[in-house]
Amino acid sequence: MYPVKSDTSTKPLIHVENLCKNYSLGSSTGDPINSQVLFDVCLDINPGEFVAIMGHSGSGKSTLMNILGCLDTPTSGHYWLAERDVASLSSDELARIRNRYIGFVFQGFNLLKRMTALDNVATPLLYAGLNRSRSRKLALEQLRRTGLENFALHQPNQLSGGQQQRVAISRALVNQPQLILADEPTGNLDSQTSSEIMALFDQLNREQGITIVLVTHENEIAAYANRLIRLKDGHVIHDESQTPESISATI
Amino acid sequence: MNLYTIMGEALRALRLNLLRTGLTMLGMIIGVAAVVLMLSIGQGAQSKINESITSMGSNLFIVLPGATSSGGLSFGSGSVRTLTVGDSEAIADLLAVKATAPVISGTAQLNFGANNWSTIITGTTPDYFSVGGWSMDSGSFFSASDLRSATRVAVLGKITATNLFGDVEPTGKIIRITNRPFIVVGVLAAKGQSLSGRDQDDNVFIPLTTSERQITGNQFPGSIRYMTVQGESAEVMDEAEAEIIQLLRQRHRIRDGAENDFTVRNLTAIAEVATGAAKIMSIMLGAIASVSLLVGGIGIMNIMLVSVTERTREIGIRMAIGANRQAILAQFLLEALMICILGGLAGVILGISGAWMVSQLADMMIIITFGMVALAFAFASAIGIFFGYYPARKAALLKPVEALRYE
Ligand SMILES: Nc1ncnc2c1ncn2[C@@H]1O[C@H](COP(=O)(O)OP(=O)(O)OP(=O)(O)O)[C@@H](O)[C@H]1O
Ligand SMILES: [Mg+2]
Repeated sequence: MYPVKSDTSTKPLIHVENLCKNYSLGSSTGDPINSQVLFDVCLDINPGEFVAIMGHSGSGKSTLMNILGCLDTPTSGHYWLAERDVASLSSDELARIRNRYIGFVFQGFNLLKRMTALDNVATPLLYAGLNRSRSRKLALEQLRRTGLENFALHQPNQLSGGQQQRVAISRALVNQPQLILADEPTGNLDSQTSSEIMALFDQLNREQGITIVLVTHENEIAAYANRLIRLKDGHVIHDESQTPESISATI
Repeated sequence: MNLYTIMGEALRALRLNLLRTGLTMLGMIIGVAAVVLMLSIGQGAQSKINESITSMGSNLFIVLPGATSSGGLSFGSGSVRTLTVGDSEAIADLLAVKATAPVISGTAQLNFGANNWSTIITGTTPDYFSVGGWSMDSGSFFSASDLRSATRVAVLGKITATNLFGDVEPTGKIIRITNRPFIVVGVLAAKGQSLSGRDQDDNVFIPLTTSERQITGNQFPGSIRYMTVQGESAEVMDEAEAEIIQLLRQRHRIRDGAENDFTVRNLTAIAEVATGAAKIMSIMLGAIASVSLLVGGIGIMNIMLVSVTERTREIGIRMAIGANRQAILAQFLLEALMICILGGLAGVILGISGAWMVSQLADMMIIITFGMVALAFAFASAIGIFFGYYPARKAALLKPVEALRYE
């Protein structure tokens, strides 16, 4: 059905069927206004893919990402993550999945304030049940890999945007997740820093085989991905694997 | 995340907002301190009363001359003394009565060498010793033969002995009471204050006969100031009271319908009333203090609710990186609990020092038991959990996406 990068025997990491999301807002007349944001979205993402999601503002990209990241629940439809039906999981199991299998990277970094970079990166390990000293040790190793060991004891407000995003990525990576979900990770960064961040994602995808799903508005950023999904008003209107050639063709 | 790490996170959060943490804690500190202080004052008052009651002797009546008026008791120095030694002896023969001790009293100047001391002199019978539940510090009480022969012997209360003799052993020494020589035959063991707050140890006891003839004199020979009557047992107290009244009315030839010219008071009953009042007082003090603890608890809830709202985004982030509900619940609950435990500790210290200060400044008896400290502390922790639970649960039940979107 959808083009996939690897052989067809691989089970998809993400399998989404007829996913819909409605929001109901209270109105002045008292009747809730119901607005649908996602319409029958169907998706398969295989392990090792690097997917970019594009679309106009308000097209439902973040809504989809939140559902994929088990932060939100769909109104209808099904979502299988690594062959498990997410709807059947308890809140504890979802927390565990967010902790171990998914790393989330946000546009606004979402670091914990007044906590050092090191402690920020160590927190997922604490929630995974490691003790503080072990967590700190592993967190420091992760920061070293992302080139931030000199900033380990800085607090978020003492770091540049690019550094903050690298701390956030370190935090997403520290539990060695299979899947990274990044919602406009470079949205707040200049192009130089953006390409540094993207190089990092690219490396993670190629060298460690981590599956990456990334939302962006910029073609240059999307070009790092090997598959592009376009959303329009909650519908998937385009889903194709891309090669450097096809990208330059679109641009 | 284990409890230890969550505790670390909670402590960190409390440290980040020191002023607010301190102010919230202040509510707890004051509440716990008030509970400890009030309980210790209540306990002190109660045990002081108990001490007086046990020192008083058991199953006692006091029989006074004069009628009971509505305003209390009317017996002044001018009134006719209607009770006599004979009355006392007759009452002692009653079936329900164990012993009686008639008393005449006045004040006297005591001298030993260069020391002098002015105190209450009590003329009584040897039964006074057993009826009043006394014990000897040294020597012995005067005897029945001393009473018969009106010898000049004296038994000193502990305070009188100390004031007159200092470190010297009084037994066997000669003192002068209003310039007449008396031999000290014994010193009573200290008893402390009576229920009415009078010091029972500043006293000198001599035989009734000696007192009447040589010291206090007597306007109406044979009359006494009052007598103490001891019932046979607690069960026959009502019976004894009725018998005493009947006997005295008969002896005093009081016609039916006329008022008694004496008053019988059951001291045990009075003591019970006093104990009851003290108990009610300590319960009330405790209740008042508990209210302040409760107010402190509501303060904690208030602050924790604000904190949850303020940190909604933080909660969302924590959930996004893998915190489950228990971890969030535990973190906020522990924050509340720590405010209470730290506040409770400080409150206990403040309460104890406050109690100590009250005991120094107001000369009140203060009792601090481990039990009441533990109670105040347990109460504080319970309040922490109770008032911390709601905000913590509220935080834990947030949906990750909604918490993250919160501005
Ligand atoms: N909590 C909510 N309640 C009601 N409507 C919502 C809520 N969250 C999002 N929406 C609506 O859903 C639609 C999709 O929002 P979403 O955030 O997914 O867009 P997006 O594609 O990520 O846009 P952008 O590129 O600007 O980030 C929008 O029209 C928005 O108004
Ligand atoms: Mg968005």
